[in-house]
Amino acid sequence: MKRYVIIGNGTAAVGCIEGIRSVDKTGDVTVISGEKHHVYSRPLISYYLEGKTDLERMKYRPEGFYEENGCRVLSGVRAAAIDSANKNVVLDNGGSVEYDALCVATGSRPFVPPFAGLDTVEKKFSFMTLDDALALESALAPDCRVLIVGAGLIGLKCAEGIFDRVGSVTVCDLADRVLSSILDAECASVVQEHLEEKGIRFLLGDSADRFEGNAAVMKSGERVEFDVLVLAVGVRANTELVKEAGGEVNRGVVVNESEQTSLDSVWAAGDCAEGFDASAGANRVLAILPNAYMQGRVAGINMAGGEAAFDNAIPMNSIGFFGLHIMTAGSYGGEMTEEREDGNVRRFFTDGDLLKGYILIGDTGRAGIYTSLIREKTPLSTVDFEFAKKYASNLIFSQEIRRKRFGGVV
Amino acid sequence: MKRVYVNEEWCLGCHLCEYNCAYANSGLSDMAVALKDKKIFPRIRVDGEDRITFAVSCRHCEDPLCVKSCIAGAISKIDGVVKIDRDRCVGCLTCVLVCPYGALAPGENGTMQKCELCLENACGEPACVTGCPNRAIVYEERGGAE
Repeated sequence: MKRYVIIGNGTAAVGCIEGIRSVDKTGDVTVISGEKHHVYSRPLISYYLEGKTDLERMKYRPEGFYEENGCRVLSGVRAAAIDSANKNVVLDNGGSVEYDALCVATGSRPFVPPFAGLDTVEKKFSFMTLDDALALESALAPDCRVLIVGAGLIGLKCAEGIFDRVGSVTVCDLADRVLSSILDAECASVVQEHLEEKGIRFLLGDSADRFEGNAAVMKSGERVEFDVLVLAVGVRANTELVKEAGGEVNRGVVVNESEQTSLDSVWAAGDCAEGFDASAGANRVLAILPNAYMQGRVAGINMAGGEAAFDNAIPMNSIGFFGLHIMTAGSYGGEMTEEREDGNVRRFFTDGDLLKGYILIGDTGRAGIYTSLIREKTPLSTVDFEFAKKYASNLIFSQEIRRKRFGGVV
Repeated sequence: MKRVYVNEEWCLGCHLCEYNCAYANSGLSDMAVALKDKKIFPRIRVDGEDRITFAVSCRHCEDPLCVKSCIAGAISKIDGVVKIDRDRCVGCLTCVLVCPYGALAPGENGTMQKCELCLENACGEPACVTGCPNRAIVYEERGGAE
């Protein structure tokens, strides 16, 4: 019986388990889980603080998931090393687990810059895990002032999640705009204005120079008093296990379309791994949940002897703040065209006959039609792209294509 | 398995499918009480304009991107039907971001809803199909897995 081992217990691990089981119903599956929780959805931690979900509903798969899939879970145990010569994972509790096929799904961790005086801050938190969210929650109070370092996806979702539970929220970032990883300057200012109207204060193009107890002294000289500090500067892929075992690593673990690493019988998936961004034509870490699941599933299928490839990954995000929704996908090179109507923004980035990326703010209905044009590299000359710029509709396709889409099995 | 299929050339653009869907999923036994003077949130929508119209609802894909992409793990495929657990949905719209057909939209309370073929409401088969006056949408077997 084949022995599968998965390091990690997040979305990529679930994808891997379901991928394995789609091919091999009986093989032995061991999950090494550093966190003691049943698999939960990481991106829901801000919704948890906001009261839109709870610990029960945050479970990414139902209670009986591991049993139904015949998985042994080593809970609260971390992998210390991969002994790839002997196909063995060494555990931090002194034990070890042998594998025939291994999936590294170790995720990422918060990156905390070496701020001077950070050790003088009493209440400081990261915002990645459920335990982070629970710890932060215990420090929240109706009158407390929160400083969030980082105006990216994590920092801003945190700001939204805690906003109604605290006195004030200030967000600073070294970048000169919010959501700099997914928005250009003009779109970022639309989102920033919306957040400011709701009452969030921003200090952009500025970062903490040093901390003095309950105050941050900014590079600009401004002094920001706070009660609670959240550090959401960025994340780093957990690549060490593969690197120390001699595997190829860049910013993330290097994998091919089958999610195989350079090590024999070792696959990798999720936020720890790189992937090929089909919209940019380059490898990068695509640290988004759908990508983690899809990589994990492809890895699992291949680990079990099936055949699967993931060759159309693209960056994409759907994120909302206080009722304003934003969707982005692909890359933003090439030519940009914009439509604005009733406060909605639609920006499209094209390169020749291909849609490469888009940014939508406000009306995001049916945006998946745009996403599919990028993923499937649909020649824009075969669709009514002028119409598409105003409204995402299946009308942009030819009648023949529509007949296939809505009259056939897809 | 049986799915809802579209005969585009027969669609009159009458939107009856939308009303029948909203009524079927309202849980109410009086259509007027369910729909009159209310904004409706049907799980099937007539797309297109002018002379070209067609109804769009979930395709129950063989390999559904929404299931793989849902950040809450709230969408699953059970016995060939793609279903959403609206109690777990947080309304992040990631399913809208990935669905190539534009088949999902938020309901009245902001959580997502989608066509589940009326298998779990009182109709037992798609109300949009039953009520379509011109057979522009049909519920039938056209091959494929599951």
